[in-house]
Amino acid sequence: MGYFQGFWVTFKKLWDRRVTSEYPKVKRPKPIRSHGRHVLNRYEDGMEKCIGCELCAGVCPARCIYVRGADNPPDDPVAPGERYGFVYEINYLRCIHCDLCVEACPTEAITESKLFEFSFTNRPDAIYTKDELLVDDDGRPQRLPWEDWREGDDLHTSAWMRATSPSGSAAYEGRVQWSGELGYGVRAPEQGQAARVDLTPPTDATVTPEELDPSTMSEGESASDHEIAGGH
Amino acid sequence: MGDPLFVDGIDLGVVLFVVVKALLGFAFVLVGVILMIWFERKVLADMQNRVGPARAGKWGLLQTLADGIKLIFKEDVKPDRADRPVYRLAPYLSVAPAFLTFCIVPIAGAFGGDDNGTVELFGHETFLQVADPPVGVLFLLAMSSVGIYGIMLAGWSSGSKYPLLGSVRASAQMVSYEAALGLSVAAVVLLTGSLSTHAIVDSQADSFLDWNVWRTGVLPFAIFFVAACAELNRAPFDLVEAEQELVGGFHTEYSSIRFGMFYLSEYMNLITMSAIIVTLFFGGPAPAFGPDGPLLGLGWFVLKLVVFLFVFVWIRATLPRFRYDQLMDLGWKRLIPVALGWLLLLAAIRIGQDEEWFTANGFWNGTLIVAIAVGIAFICGVAILVAMRGSDRERIDEGSAELRKVP
Repeated sequence: MGYFQGFWVTFKKLWDRRVTSEYPKVKRPKPIRSHGRHVLNRYEDGMEKCIGCELCAGVCPARCIYVRGADNPPDDPVAPGERYGFVYEINYLRCIHCDLCVEACPTEAITESKLFEFSFTNRPDAIYTKDELLVDDDGRPQRLPWEDWREGDDLHTSAWMRATSPSGSAAYEGRVQWSGELGYGVRAPEQGQAARVDLTPPTDATVTPEELDPSTMSEGESASDHEIAGGH
Repeated sequence: MGDPLFVDGIDLGVVLFVVVKALLGFAFVLVGVILMIWFERKVLADMQNRVGPARAGKWGLLQTLADGIKLIFKEDVKPDRADRPVYRLAPYLSVAPAFLTFCIVPIAGAFGGDDNGTVELFGHETFLQVADPPVGVLFLLAMSSVGIYGIMLAGWSSGSKYPLLGSVRASAQMVSYEAALGLSVAAVVLLTGSLSTHAIVDSQADSFLDWNVWRTGVLPFAIFFVAACAELNRAPFDLVEAEQELVGGFHTEYSSIRFGMFYLSEYMNLITMSAIIVTLFFGGPAPAFGPDGPLLGLGWFVLKLVVFLFVFVWIRATLPRFRYDQLMDLGWKRLIPVALGWLLLLAAIRIGQDEEWFTANGFWNGTLIVAIAVGIAFICGVAILVAMRGSDRERIDEGSAELRKVP
């Protein structure tokens, strides 16, 4: 029979279910943590979050971000504080969507949406400037004519950040440690990591210095938290 | 017997009739090729858990047409070192025999009972096939040999190494398998007593038990099928265009519609070969059961054709490619001896019937002859086996000698 078993295999496959989706016609929902085109956020009062510190440019492994800060005009400040991002450019021919800029940003000014279906026909167009990256007056990402935004692309932006906490300690999973955004308010922390049982978010959004250091935690709390985090 | 169309002499009407028949036959094959390429891609895709062409037209039916149009508008590159006239001629040499072979296939007509597939159209009695030459089967073998010229010349005139290697492989392979092919066809011809394809179909029309597959004992059909695969340069015998070794094989240097013509001829040959299999072994347009009629005949013919086309695709989806020495071994050491032996056996049975070996009258005579024949067959078989073992051992020795040279 040996010679003919292969024929049975191919014949069975003939009736198998297809897993291919007809891509441009049918688009599957994107994973919750997918990384896409960047967005420059604003505070709920409309001020820009970017302070022009260039940490994102410094951390970028692809060297695709170019930032120049400038002093805020005293009579009409763009961002709270001393400085603001005067020039902000991302070259999408270089960007690898690693999210390190998001991680580095001290003010959560830059996050990544899930949009990846955008195209350009020349090199200058590949460089997004601040005009294009900044959210509009409603706080929503600008839907540029060459971009194909889908439902939910602007939600759960940079979700990994909203699921974990500084220094990656599972004890702080699910605690809000970021400021509100224009248009979205304070985004809820991501819930439901694999082993987490308690799905209700902690009520206190502020973190005390003692809590930040896991070694100062009480014995019982630490143990239960580690148990909950499931082999962190 | 021949086509009754020419019985009353040849006038303008008859000539027109023949021209129209040729055009319709050509259209049949062309449409067949378009659908076949789509069918092959679709079935292959299904067998490999893919979707296959799905964008052009309903279910991607127009994909082949789109590809063809694209090929026509592409640049026609001729290599600098090509032999221009031969380079231009080769694709046509490849397409023409492919179609000419199809001309001798009866594609419709009622064959059951006393009918012999004759149809009356516009006051002319005729067979529903483009031509019915008395040398039908010889014509088939001749045309499939001429087809080799297209491939050989294409490879040779390209002025490049890969095409040359591909075409040498192709011709060696086709020449080798032609022998097995011819011997298995001879079995059919022996039983029918005629070379005309029409007569061959007519002789197996009464019931599906009369089909030559059964009457020749299945083996010639199996050999014909394997040899046909090799003749068509299809998987698992597609060494001619083994991408890993030869880029595209003999048509590497061809582009645009010239490449398209090779592609066309390849699929024309595929359809023709399946049609020939149906004609020689499965009763052509004759129904397996149920009512009979000229158009029903066409239906039966297409049905049988599609079954074999599917099997060809199925084989391509399943079997890996043969190595070149395996290919030659299978052809020369297995298929040809077996086909030859089977042909002699059939011939012996035929003679036995004439000489009444199977009745009490000539029984002792027959037994004596059979005993002698079996003895000779045994000696021949042993001789062949010994020769094969010897050559195998020699090759192994050569191989190990080669290995010992390595420091």
